[in-house]
Amino acid sequence: MALLKVSSVETLYFDRIYALFGVSLEVEEGEIFAVLGPNGAGKTTLLRTIAGLLKDQPKKGEIVFDNRRIHGWQPESIARLGVVYVPEDRGLFKELTVRENLELGLWGRRDADVARDLESVHGMFPILRERAGQEAETLSGGEQQMLALGRAMLRRPRLLMLDEPSLGLAPRIAKVVYEALTAISRTGTTILLVEQNARLALGVARRGAILEAGRVVLEDTAKALMEDENVRELYLGVGTADEPAQGWRQYRRRRRW
Amino acid sequence: MIDQMLQYVFTGLSAGSLYALVALGIVLIYRSTRVLNFAHGDIATVATFVAYSALSQQYSFFVAFGAALVVGAAVGVAFYFGVLVKAQREGANLLGMVILTLGLALIIQGAVVWYWGAEPVALPFPISDTRTYTIGAVVVSQLSLASLGAGLVGSLLLYLLVQKTRLGLAMRATSENLMAAQTLGIPTRMVLGVSWGVAAALSVVAGVFLAPALLLDPFFMLDPFLKGFAAAVLGGLNSLPGAVVGALILGVAESLTGAYLAIQFKNTLAFLIIIVVLLVRPEGLLGKEFKERV
Repeated sequence: MALLKVSSVETLYFDRIYALFGVSLEVEEGEIFAVLGPNGAGKTTLLRTIAGLLKDQPKKGEIVFDNRRIHGWQPESIARLGVVYVPEDRGLFKELTVRENLELGLWGRRDADVARDLESVHGMFPILRERAGQEAETLSGGEQQMLALGRAMLRRPRLLMLDEPSLGLAPRIAKVVYEALTAISRTGTTILLVEQNARLALGVARRGAILEAGRVVLEDTAKALMEDENVRELYLGVGTADEPAQGWRQYRRRRRW
Repeated sequence: MIDQMLQYVFTGLSAGSLYALVALGIVLIYRSTRVLNFAHGDIATVATFVAYSALSQQYSFFVAFGAALVVGAAVGVAFYFGVLVKAQREGANLLGMVILTLGLALIIQGAVVWYWGAEPVALPFPISDTRTYTIGAVVVSQLSLASLGAGLVGSLLLYLLVQKTRLGLAMRATSENLMAAQTLGIPTRMVLGVSWGVAAALSVVAGVFLAPALLLDPFFMLDPFLKGFAAAVLGGLNSLPGAVVGALILGVAESLTGAYLAIQFKNTLAFLIIIVVLLVRPEGLLGKEFKERV
C-alpha cells in the first residue's frame, strides 16, 4: 500500500494557467522517490499542492496520504499528519536564532523523546549546536539547508518533501546534505525529493519520475531511469552511443516519450 | 532654564509612553498581517467608553479597566476572524483589507455616537492630574507618572510575551514567514488572532490613560492614533523596539516644539516627521531593509 497516492491531479494558477495536467504517482512507505524535470515543469507546484499551500487547489484529482484524502485541507492540518515540506528557499525564520528555529520544529510535540531527537539532530549536524545562538540568516547556504533538514526531522515526518535540497550549494556541501538524506531515509522516513540535479537525486533514490510540462512522462526505478537513453542524454548529460562520428550533434534531440 | 526643559522632556516622555502603546499595536498588526489598522484608535475609543459606563455605575476602577481591555481585545479578535479571514479567503488584497479596517473605524464611530452620544464627557478617573509631586526641579502630576508607568508596563509585558513565551515565538515566526509556519503545523490563524487581540488591548490601555487628560468624545483617539502611526513610521513599521523609541522621541520632540517654537505646530510635527523619515530613511530608525541571501 502506497503511503502517498497522487491521482490525476490538476493544478491551475489564477484559475486558468495549467501547472499540472493530471499528474499521478505513488510513493511507497520508506522509499526515496525523486521527481526530476526542467524548470517550469511543475515540480515545485506538485509539492506545494500536496502540502496544501495553494488555495483551492488541486482543481481536480485526488491526493491520498495514509488512506486519508488530504486534498483541500488546510496546510496546518496536513502538516500535523506528518507531511513535512521543506521549500526551495528552505522556509527558515531568518530573524530567529538557530535554536528558536529548531524549537519551532518541535511545535505540538509533547512526547518524552524531544530531547533525544534534538540530540540526534545535533549529532547529524554538529554545526547547528555551534551556531545555536546565531540568527538563521547569518548561516551559509549549506548550514541553512542543514538547519531546514534538522528542523524537519524534529517533526518526526512520515513523509518528508524536499524541494531542490542541492540548490545553490557547492558540490561538496550538496554531497553532505545528500548523505544526511540517506541517513534520514534509513530511519524509515519516506522522502519525496524534487531535484534538477538528476545524478545526485537518482544516486540516492529507489524510484523516480520525470515531470515535463505538467505531466509525468516516465516513472520507473532509479536504476532504470539512469539507463534510459533519454534521461541519460537530457538529464545526466551523457552522450548516447549512436552519436555521429564527427562529433556533430543536433542542437536538440527529439525526445521519445 | 535647564529645569524648565527637563520639565518639558518629562511631559513629552509621559505622552510618548502612551503613544508607544498605540504604536506597538499598529506595528504588531502590521508585522503579522501586513495590514495597517485604521480602526486602531476607534477600538480604543469604544473600550474606553465601556470603562466610562462601568465607572459611572460605581464599579471599581479595576473592574472598569478589565472590562475595557476585554471589550477592546474582543473587537480586535472578532474583526480578524469575522471579516479579515473571510476577506482573505475570498482573495482580498492588502489594500482591500486596509479599507476594511477603515470601514470598521466608521462603524465603531457610528456605534459610539449612537450609544453614548457625541457630547464630550469626563472620565471619572481615580488618578488625579492636579495632585503633583516634585522630583528635583521637575513637577510631576500623578496622572503623567501613571501614564509613564502604564506605557512601561504595557511595553514590558509585550516584550515578555513576544520574546520569552512559546506563543510569542510562534507570533514572531508567523509574522516572518507565514508559509513556513503553516508547514510546521503552527496554528497561524489563532496566532494572528491573538496578535490582533493583544494589539487592541494595548491601545485600550493608552485610551484609558489618555481619556482623563483629554475629554472623552467619540473621536478623542484620532489624534493619539495618528501620533502612534507617526511614531511607528519613525521607528520602522516592522520593528517593535522601534515603535517605542519612535514614540518617545515623538513625545519629547512634540513637547519641546510646543514649548519653544509654537504651540500651533505641536500636532503638525508628527506629520513632518513622517515626511522626513520617508524621504531620508524609509525603513525607519530601527527597521530593517529587506535583504536576502541564498
